[in-house]
Amino acid sequence: MGEITLRVNGTPRSLNVDSRTSLLDLLREHLGLTGSKKGCDHGQCGACTVLIDGRRANSCLALAVAQDGCDVTTVEGLAGEETLHPLQAAFIERDAFQCGYCTPGQLCSAAGMLDEAGPSAVTEDLASDPALTAEEIRERMSGNLCRCGAYVNIVAAVSEVAAAGGRAASDTAAAGASR
Amino acid sequence: MRPFEYARARDTGDAVARFRAGTMYLGGGTNLVDLMRLGVAEPDYLVDVSRLGADQIEPSGDGLLIGAAVRNSDLAAHPLVREGYPMLARAVLAGASGQVRNMATVGGNLLQRTRCSYFQDVSKPCNKRQPGSGCPAISGDHHSLAILGHSAGLNEAAQCVATHPSDMAVALAALDALVHITGPDGSRVVVMPGLHRLPGDEPDRDTVLRPGDLITAVELPPPLPGRSTYRKVRERASFAFALVSLAAALDVNGDGTVRGCRLALGGVAHVPWRAARAERTLTGAPATAEEFTRAADAELAEAEPLPRNGYKVTLARNLIVATLQELLP
Amino acid sequence: MNRIEGRDKVTGHARYAYEYPADDVAYAYPVQSPVARGTITSFDALGALAMPGVIAVLSSAEPPELGPDASPELALFQGREVAYHGQIVAAIVAETLEAARAAEKELRISYQAEPHDVRLRPDHPGLYAPDHVNPNFPTDTEQGDVTAGLAAAAFSVDATYTTPAMHNNPMEPHAAMAVWDSAGALTIYDSTQGPSADRDTIAQALGLPPERVRVVSPHVGGGFGSKGTTRPHAIVAALAARAACRPVKVALTRQQMFDVTGYRTPTIQRLRLGADGDGRLTALVHDVVEQSSTLVEFAEQTATPSRVMYAAPALRTTHRLVRLDVPTPSWMRAPGECPGMFALESAIDELAIAAGLDPVELRIRNEPGTEPESGLPFSSRNLVGCLHEGARRFGWEHRDPRPGIRREGRWLIGTGVAASTYPARRRPSQATATVHNGGFVVRIAAADIGTGARTALTRIAAQALDTSADRVRVELGDSALPAASLAGGSMGTSSWGSAVVKACEAMRKDGQTGHADTTEDVNADGGFARHAFGAQFVEVRVDPLTGEVRVPRLLGVFAVGRVIDETLARSQLIGGMTMGLGMALMEETVMDEGSGSFLNHDLAQYHIAACADVQDIDAAWISEEDAHLNPMGAKGIGEIGIVGTAAAVANAVYHATGRRVRDLPITPAKLLD
Repeated sequence: MGEITLRVNGTPRSLNVDSRTSLLDLLREHLGLTGSKKGCDHGQCGACTVLIDGRRANSCLALAVAQDGCDVTTVEGLAGEETLHPLQAAFIERDAFQCGYCTPGQLCSAAGMLDEAGPSAVTEDLASDPALTAEEIRERMSGNLCRCGAYVNIVAAVSEVAAAGGRAASDTAAAGASR
Repeated sequence: MRPFEYARARDTGDAVARFRAGTMYLGGGTNLVDLMRLGVAEPDYLVDVSRLGADQIEPSGDGLLIGAAVRNSDLAAHPLVREGYPMLARAVLAGASGQVRNMATVGGNLLQRTRCSYFQDVSKPCNKRQPGSGCPAISGDHHSLAILGHSAGLNEAAQCVATHPSDMAVALAALDALVHITGPDGSRVVVMPGLHRLPGDEPDRDTVLRPGDLITAVELPPPLPGRSTYRKVRERASFAFALVSLAAALDVNGDGTVRGCRLALGGVAHVPWRAARAERTLTGAPATAEEFTRAADAELAEAEPLPRNGYKVTLARNLIVATLQELLP
Repeated sequence: MNRIEGRDKVTGHARYAYEYPADDVAYAYPVQSPVARGTITSFDALGALAMPGVIAVLSSAEPPELGPDASPELALFQGREVAYHGQIVAAIVAETLEAARAAEKELRISYQAEPHDVRLRPDHPGLYAPDHVNPNFPTDTEQGDVTAGLAAAAFSVDATYTTPAMHNNPMEPHAAMAVWDSAGALTIYDSTQGPSADRDTIAQALGLPPERVRVVSPHVGGGFGSKGTTRPHAIVAALAARAACRPVKVALTRQQMFDVTGYRTPTIQRLRLGADGDGRLTALVHDVVEQSSTLVEFAEQTATPSRVMYAAPALRTTHRLVRLDVPTPSWMRAPGECPGMFALESAIDELAIAAGLDPVELRIRNEPGTEPESGLPFSSRNLVGCLHEGARRFGWEHRDPRPGIRREGRWLIGTGVAASTYPARRRPSQATATVHNGGFVVRIAAADIGTGARTALTRIAAQALDTSADRVRVELGDSALPAASLAGGSMGTSSWGSAVVKACEAMRKDGQTGHADTTEDVNADGGFARHAFGAQFVEVRVDPLTGEVRVPRLLGVFAVGRVIDETLARSQLIGGMTMGLGMALMEETVMDEGSGSFLNHDLAQYHIAACADVQDIDAAWISEEDAHLNPMGAKGIGEIGIVGTAAAVANAVYHATGRRVRDLPITPAKLLD
């Protein structure tokens, strides 16, 4: 067991954790934050993606005990209580999910991805940071599997938000449309 | 996972001092935690070396010194790496996923274990995981496993046809990168691809590291002249290990002959495979498709494909020839 | 209207089976057999029980009490025989998941292993003709003289196609939480495609009356057939909770899912086609070999699409099954049609090439007037319309049929086409509709596994009530609601929608409440062959030096009756096509013959399509009126999208390279060998 303190969605939390517990299980089983999903428990599907100190990471591969002092953002904390993050609104508008189980990971991954500079495996010219074309987004989002096959709509939603500089469909419009 | 103790090391000296039997160093955890959950790795003490301050990339002479705790994504995004070592940036970007690269460290990437199915499944025999238990891959599924330097010809207790999974290590092998190591007996440097070893009759040993050794940095020699790149072939377009990959650099004289070249293959052997024979064949020869093919064939003459991975010989040859042609000025 | 539960899903508030809070919850971890066939000879749980946090160990050492009619896959811990590698032989219950898993090493189970037989082959001596194939089709059919038809053919194809085992791999692993109350009633939060059937099956397995069991499953993280039948994790949860006297959660690991949640059987299919000089079929023979386990007979209906698709004066279809020491196969998206149409539609392409005809034209020339096998009229059939519309949108007209001649840089380019079909059926369901707070509440034990059932049923109810969708609330995903059929067989919306419309009509008559049961309506369905059809067009790029295949363009045009919700329909069809793309290029579960186990049992080794694999995939539909289906005039769309995709890709790969791959998936290894 180990004593750790971390900030989760802005709230400081101090816990005594089993050294074997993953950050994912800490969130889901100990903090009641079940938005982050367990799809494979081995970093192979991306459903558990959260932001650790602002960077996207597979929370299933992160030992909770090693995250002492970290700042963690989950899908529950992407936006405020009453509002939606532009990505969340765009996912609703573009029907970018079906079963919804990969969705929190897709959203956290996209949020982290939009803040990442630098090239990807499909970037032609390494010298400058590429524009986020559909091809770039597809490559950068390939760590998040979707078995329902919503990729076409996921790329559309992320592209829309990327083109708007991280701000897309208005919160209120999406909130109203989703009842 | 069996219970273990966890400690965050303050610095390299503290980390090495903490080492005892049953200790493993924890970097990004992307492979180690995976293996612990599978029961393949069972440390009783994890020493976290991700916060030793070894997370800088800085010029070193005409080369670069990369801290072992630098995250893969930061390595690939670094301006000096992109400018001077495109082969390395592309290799790193070809590996895993964005989120895994954000977690995985340079040191950990070098030390990741094979993704051989049998190695990863503790219900099955595996000479690498459990020496002497056998290698079911040789008579089983080995379509993604080694064609070069394997030990299928040895006795059953030593056989191993595993491949090394890293993309980054293939580029480092081609670059003659230096791996800085600190251990209980002091510090030393190993030149890539010398960190990794062929299975021989000790397939459980992936590298030349000794107990307690900690990789502290990777040093890149000055950038290579000419052009370089990294190509990776897999059936899924992304987020998959290589069937075969290639780090290649080519420098051509004004008269059209090869001044220098570097070639290293991934997905074909227990180590990132430096194609030294192909390099020797090519150096001084005309930079033509015929000579590229001759060089590839020279390298692959020693391939020993298994019944179901002969395609890798064709693939490696084609990849060498096609990539070198792309690198022509 | 967007998906009703959309906001819950994007904010992480939608709860799946494993995510319900419960006081004092414990965790169970299933332990699996490491042998493929044999007997447990001894069992020692003392070490495991001594581990910190361990509460109980379930096993056949002390068989828990079950009902007399538990199905073989659910009759856990009753006997010592092992039927397949990975069969659940014990479960460890502990205070934490970490403790339950760690105790597995201390559990001592000895086995007497026996030689296993896990390889499907066309000459297996154990092949037999099952009584029928799923769900209740004849095993073999024959009409006309196929020998004469083949002998008289001007052009013919005789080829064998194989498809590997494939796994559903929904993103949400099968999970359940079981809670017993003090009166001995069980509530189980399960990941299921049908709460009513799940409740009945769990009750039967446990020997309880169905009214003592309630299944709650408002959100389900995909299933694709694998959650259409009750899986052993639910029984483990129930038994563990009974033993621990506490709520217990169980989630299968991704690896465990490969063994105990079903998979698509591998198939070996021989197609023999004969055609006259005009390309009209003289004979069609489709012979299928496939597998099941020794525990349960699961006979996939692989050749059935050949009974539907083309006019042939002589038509024979056969299925042969062999019972191996393997996990039991089960439903996976479009069982039967999906693997069967890969073979048939590849063979049709080969026939078109042999006859020198455009493959679209060859299909049109073989369009039947009535359903070939039954002679029944089609309730509607617009395959030709789909082929025409698809060809127009795709730009098929100027296609040069010669293979291997188009190149852009390192890529060879080719295009291909294949047809799709899937039955349009429905099953009995019940529903209620009531006036509530100035609006309406519709209740039905339907399941929304990602199809958008909640949204589609809201639309259907609103139309039936002649009101706006925002005044209708649909409650589903709970066996306490009126009993309903599964989300499966592309029957969900047709079956539930029929009941919802009927309940709404009854409510309008009553003014307050309406109840519907469609059993009689559904039993009266007859007299027509009811199927959806479609045509898929694909462009591929193949690097002949590396064997890499990429798919820049995939277009499906479908005839699926009336489309209830265009957004949901497009998502479902594209989703099916995306899965079909993965089937074509990468999906394959490898059986390790030495150990008798599925080898590549995780998502790093069993590849499903990733975002980078999917470029331009689009789905469209043509207008289709069909008065013989259901009150909505709609055909199911959950499965047809995957049918034909793999054949279209294989046909395009041939066009690009001149290489015909008859053995899925189409990997670099096969293109380089």
